[in-house]
Formats: sequence, structure tokens, C-alpha cells
Amino acid sequence: MSQLIQDTPLIVAGRRFASRLLVGTGKYRDFDETASAIAASGADVVTFAVRRTNLGQNPGEPNLLDAVPPSRYTLLPNTAGCYTARDAVRTCKLARELLDGHNLVKLEVLGDDKTLYPNVVETLAAAETLVNDGFDVMVYTSDDPIVAKELEKRGCCAVMPLGSLIGSGNGLLNPATLAIILEQAEVPVLVDAGIGTASDAALAMEMGCDGVLMNSAIAHARHPVMMANAMRKAIEAGREAFLAERMPRRQSASPSSPFAGRING
Amino acid sequence: MQIQLNGEPSQLDGEQTLAQLVDSLGLAGRRIAIEVNEEIVPRSLHAQTRLSDGDSVEIVHAIGGG
Repeated sequence: MSQLIQDTPLIVAGRRFASRLLVGTGKYRDFDETASAIAASGADVVTFAVRRTNLGQNPGEPNLLDAVPPSRYTLLPNTAGCYTARDAVRTCKLARELLDGHNLVKLEVLGDDKTLYPNVVETLAAAETLVNDGFDVMVYTSDDPIVAKELEKRGCCAVMPLGSLIGSGNGLLNPATLAIILEQAEVPVLVDAGIGTASDAALAMEMGCDGVLMNSAIAHARHPVMMANAMRKAIEAGREAFLAERMPRRQSASPSSPFAGRING
Repeated sequence: MQIQLNGEPSQLDGEQTLAQLVDSLGLAGRRIAIEVNEEIVPRSLHAQTRLSDGDSVEIVHAIGGG
């Protein structure tokens, strides 16, 4: 076991996390399933959305934050559903008030509701405003290496390119550009969006991503708790494979059993 | 007095503080955040923040999301 490389924790804006899997809380059947799946995933960081309170709702109605208590998880509010920098900044400020000053946010500014593709112009503007206002900004973005670098220059504490469209489950559609982003990044890079199954998550980690953020891949599996467990293992396996440094690919075969000593030799 | 509450017109009986509004909505003690006219009003100031006619109030909470 002495040959195992001791992994370092994921560090984002000075916060240390044992798990490199970050999960969302959307699309579950109920809060029980949400809590069970997230526990099985082993995630430390859990995203949520900020929405208008339903007025006139039953005051005793359970709250998401009872299922994923801030005392146990690092909550990561998102700006999902925002189409302008202005709305995203407002949402982050509401989230900071909601969480008593907690300033780590996931910024996402969308371009349209068909693709949910990020609007990088608005994202860049919002990132700058939020960083200047003291937020630690983990930013959802396209897999464009130039935009990723620009977001890093604006002080984002993690860059999170999409693997494929949000909720699509299409996996990593452009590993080549992701590799460029990873090569040049000086902040953690996490794949956010598009993961469909365990091998997608493992591949992202094998490539050297610092973490993966997913929601639908777990919540929309037929058995979410089992998939959450599978994702935990995939993230760990992919990370270890990255640290172990894979063998080179070759065009020719190379026998694993020696030629010498064959009975037909 | 009329305000906009989460995007809908809402009639209030007389002058109210934000804390009184929260209480009347059954939201006292809940984990919420409030914006009045697009400015955050910290929890600690709800009791002393008086609402005015035409104010736009947003009350939000956490829900499931990615």
C-alpha cells in the first residue's frame, strides 16, 4: 500500500473538500430521496436554487435545507434561470443573505432556454461584479479555453466547463478542448453538466479534472441512490487512475506473458 | 397600502414592518431572504424596516437545483 500516492483534498477558495464529487438537489422525487442519494454520493458540496417562496404554503412544509443541512454540507447556491448578469448578481446576494453571509456561489448565466448554453458575455460581467463584491465564484461556462482563462483572470475560484448540455446526459463531447482548459488552468477545473453515467465522470477525472458537478445523472437514473454510489466510486477510480498516470497508448500489441520458455519454443 | 409581493400586487392593512409582513405570511423563523426594491434587507433589520406604498418585496428560499 506504500505505493499509493496520497491524494490532496480538493481546495476551492481555501476551502478543503474530501470528495471531488459535487451534486445538485434538483429533480428528485422527494426530500427523502434527495437526502439518501446525496449521502450515498459522499459529496461535501451540494448545490441548490434560489426561488420565490410560495406564499400561502403550509408553514410546516419541509424545507430543502432540512434534508441537506448547512451544518453537514457546504451549500453552493446557483444562479440557474438567470439570463442577465444583473439577475445573477441579485440572486447571489439573496443567497448570501439566506445562508448568513456564506459567500461561495455557483455562477451560471444562461443564453437561451432551449440549450441552456451559457451566455459568456453576461457571465464574464457577473463574475467581475461578484468577485469585487467579495464572493467566491465557481463559474459554469462553455468549454472555450479562452473564456475559461478570462474567467480565471477575473478572479473566479473555479472554472466549470460543460461536458455537454445541462440535463442531456451526453457525457464529455469535447475532450480535446477540455484538455486545453486543464493544461492552462491555475484554478480548479470541474466538469459541470452533461454527465450521463459513471464512465463519463471517471473519464473527466482521468483527464485531470479537479472534480465533477452533476445532478440529473443521479436524480434521473432509475435508481438514484445506487447511481449516486456508482458516481462516488467512478470519481474515486478516475482520480486514482489520473494520479497513477496511465500507460502510453500504442499502435502495436505488446504481450503480457513472456515469449521465453514457451513449450513450443 | 399596496405593495408588490413576489411579483403580485398585495394589499396591506395599514403601516407594517417587514417583520410583521413575514409573520403574517407564516414565514417567521423560516430560512428566507428578502429584497425590498432590489436591495437586500438583512434579517437583523426586518423589525425596523417599514414598508411604503409601492414597495416591491421579494421573499426567496432554497429549492432543489443543480
